[in-house]
Amino acid sequence: MPEQGVPMSVTITVNGMPRTIDVDPDKPLLWALREDMKLPGTKFGCGAGLCGACTVMMDGDAIRACQTPVASIAGKAVTTIEHVATTPVGRRVSEAWAALDVPQCGYCQAGQIMSATALLTQIPAPTPEQIDGAMSGNICRCATYLRIRAAIAKAAAGAAA
Amino acid sequence: MSTRVHLDRRGFLTVSLLGGTALAFDACVPLSAQGAEQGAGQGAPGVLNAFVRIAPDNAITIGAKNPEIGQGIRTMLPMLIAEELDADWAQVRIAQTLADDAVYGPQVAGGSRATPVNWLPMRRVGAAARQMILNAAAAEWGVEAATLTTERGHVVAAASGRRAPYAAFAVRAAGLPAPDLATVPLKAARDFRIIGTAQPGVDTPAIVAGKPLFGIDTDLPNMVHAAIAISPVFGGTITALDDAAVRAIPGVVAVVRLNSGLAAANGADDAVAVVADSWWTAAQARQKLAIAWAPPAAGGDHATASYERTAATLLDGEPRHDLARIGDAAAALKGAHRVVTARYDYPFLAHATLEPQNCTALFADGKLELWAPSQAPAAGRKATAKALGIAPEAITIHMPRIGGGFGRRLMNDYMVQAALIAKAVPGRPVKLLYDRTDDIRHDCYRPAGWHRLTAGLDAKGAIAAITDHFVSFGHDGEPAIAAEMSPFEFPAQLVPAVHYGATYMPTTMPTGWLRAPTSNAMAFTFQGFLDEVALAAGCDLPELLRRTLGEPRTLPPPERGAAFDTGRARRVIDAVCTRAGWPGGRATPGGAKTGKGRGFGFYFSHAGYFAEVVDITVVDKTTIRVDKVWVAGDVGSHVINPLNAVHQVQGSVIDGIAQALAGQKIDVVAGAVAQENFGDFPLLRIDAAPRAVDVTFVPSDAAPTGLGEPALPPVIPAIANAVFDAAGRRLRSLPLRLA
Repeated sequence: MPEQGVPMSVTITVNGMPRTIDVDPDKPLLWALREDMKLPGTKFGCGAGLCGACTVMMDGDAIRACQTPVASIAGKAVTTIEHVATTPVGRRVSEAWAALDVPQCGYCQAGQIMSATALLTQIPAPTPEQIDGAMSGNICRCATYLRIRAAIAKAAAGAAA
Repeated sequence: MSTRVHLDRRGFLTVSLLGGTALAFDACVPLSAQGAEQGAGQGAPGVLNAFVRIAPDNAITIGAKNPEIGQGIRTMLPMLIAEELDADWAQVRIAQTLADDAVYGPQVAGGSRATPVNWLPMRRVGAAARQMILNAAAAEWGVEAATLTTERGHVVAAASGRRAPYAAFAVRAAGLPAPDLATVPLKAARDFRIIGTAQPGVDTPAIVAGKPLFGIDTDLPNMVHAAIAISPVFGGTITALDDAAVRAIPGVVAVVRLNSGLAAANGADDAVAVVADSWWTAAQARQKLAIAWAPPAAGGDHATASYERTAATLLDGEPRHDLARIGDAAAALKGAHRVVTARYDYPFLAHATLEPQNCTALFADGKLELWAPSQAPAAGRKATAKALGIAPEAITIHMPRIGGGFGRRLMNDYMVQAALIAKAVPGRPVKLLYDRTDDIRHDCYRPAGWHRLTAGLDAKGAIAAITDHFVSFGHDGEPAIAAEMSPFEFPAQLVPAVHYGATYMPTTMPTGWLRAPTSNAMAFTFQGFLDEVALAAGCDLPELLRRTLGEPRTLPPPERGAAFDTGRARRVIDAVCTRAGWPGGRATPGGAKTGKGRGFGFYFSHAGYFAEVVDITVVDKTTIRVDKVWVAGDVGSHVINPLNAVHQVQGSVIDGIAQALAGQKIDVVAGAVAQENFGDFPLLRIDAAPRAVDVTFVPSDAAPTGLGEPALPPVIPAIANAVFDAAGRRLRSLPLRLA
């Protein structure tokens, strides 16, 4: 039984590689990624699962890394922004993001791309309502929302082509 | 609106207050050969000046000097240099410079000023480098420089047909004297090949790949991390601190008492930082601090509810301070054909940048090195030097990409805090990071304001008089930061009788500039009220504005800020009406309410003219949805990067929609902020964004001005005016609420 504050050894697969870290079992995956695995692409925004900046994919689902104790996903496979373009859907999403110059400040975009990739993995040709529904957990303070919608549509069209 | 610009002793323009309207002027940019972060130091081969370096393979590196907060400046300023350098943009590399205004000139992200400030200086920097290349080529080839031309990073001799890359002359050119910037020839606009072309952000590929770019991503050897506990009550002090339990936690390195660094707090506002080997550990440990806080002598009982009661009482009376008096407004109102009066108000707002405040600092051997996401690093240098008691020259400031500014990072409180913490752990870099609640509760807030407006119409439906009693916050008869109202507030210069006055209440809330400061609130107030006046005048708002603007002419400029041109205003009003097909589906006055509505707003700020039309749906008893927005804007003769320009306008408009409809409001309870995260301070989400924001630029003869702010203000009153059109309800309080 993991005890709070007492480091334990946790192994998760991150970006295709098994990683073992000694860590407080309650430490959120977000901080394990940023601090223990030196993967700073996943961002801290709210620490409460409200903004989506920390979104990563776990076994194909979008999850909020700030709300996920690292011990709770031992043995699972996590994909982060640093690696997402190695998957076919992630590559189309990333390319659409760059082609439409989606980012403004760019801080939320890792989380946006991860949520979009999870969406298109599960629904290859989403309706506008499905796009808004799936992306409404990701805040963009610069309000790049019009381009986020367009980029997802572009990536979806790229799959159909 | 107050913008204080002065020449300091070194002759550089410095901006001490950033809230105001942009002025078009030339900043002085020195041309030393120090390219601090361009991978080559002073005197290195190919360094033509502080901004331009040419490598032996003809790769051209251009320094980007300003803080990048998402406004696209890291792309746009180098475009100006590359244009006159006649470089091939596709081959240009961009390098962020250090913060050093002695080398680079002004480096501020604020007031939409970077475009007017840098339009000529950055072009001259590029032109000077090109001239040096031409002079070197002329000497090399034994011809007159005037016989040579350039083409995409190459020198061309038309007579002989010789052609060679810039790199062939870069070393020789670097040893030549720089031409006089005041007289170096610039391209004619018809020859522009980069200005006016759509260019994606230079960092977009790195952002999409999740590369570390932001202040929060700063990672240095031996680095430690800090979490902070700041007095929850503004201006509070620590009366007792027990940190024994915290110091015993594995990984904790130090517990540091400090000041929050907020100038507004006048030296109080205590804080405690916990330094640990990871931020997670520091943040967890912080919760175990036993701190006894004492409120300040005055202000510990401040509350939104009491501010509102006091403001209501003050509004009933006469203003304590005159802002503008033209003619005899009281007499004109008595003699008016019709009189309209209304009260408007708006709340405190936080900035809520998505990247929480952070700064990394390393103090060693009496010197300080900072990695600071700051919109005003020069001001931060001063504040930090003062707090540490070291010389400003002993501070080196790196400028990481910034995850949103919106004016929050014009304040450098977090920079001062990081420096104070670093001094307590000398020799180790320390990264201070706020959590979201720290960020929401320790901001410099857009001040709340209340207005009592009255307008009188003559028999022809023209505005004969207007008065406003503005109540907000301030001390000793002076408004708090961003709580000021311009005596020129539209339509003061176009109405025969005007009385604007203000009354200021004391507050302990630190206030600050929020994107389009004061304009974001004044536009709502005045354009909403003028929509009511238009109804009384028997016309719509665009028509009332046309009547009021009259013939095209330039009005006398305010003491600070840009002069207002009635012709430019008229053109954007007409343009947006044409584009949107105004009045289109607008309900006739007194006509049936369908739940669909259309509203209009116009505003002039930061030297930009913007008119906007909004279509909304009143979905149910509580929900207003914006369906589409049309924007027409005039920001001068050139839109330097049209791609980013559209992004800025669309983002500004949706930011304004958020202020109107997302429910944003900061409340004070017992001297502290009540909200804590995006649950109670909501940001707009994608499902509330309009389906389209149609953007039209209306060019004029004026020199180009900025786009970070002026598109935001008009959308707020346009929404309120559309709600009246849709539902017959006049909403005069932000955030807009139907129930």
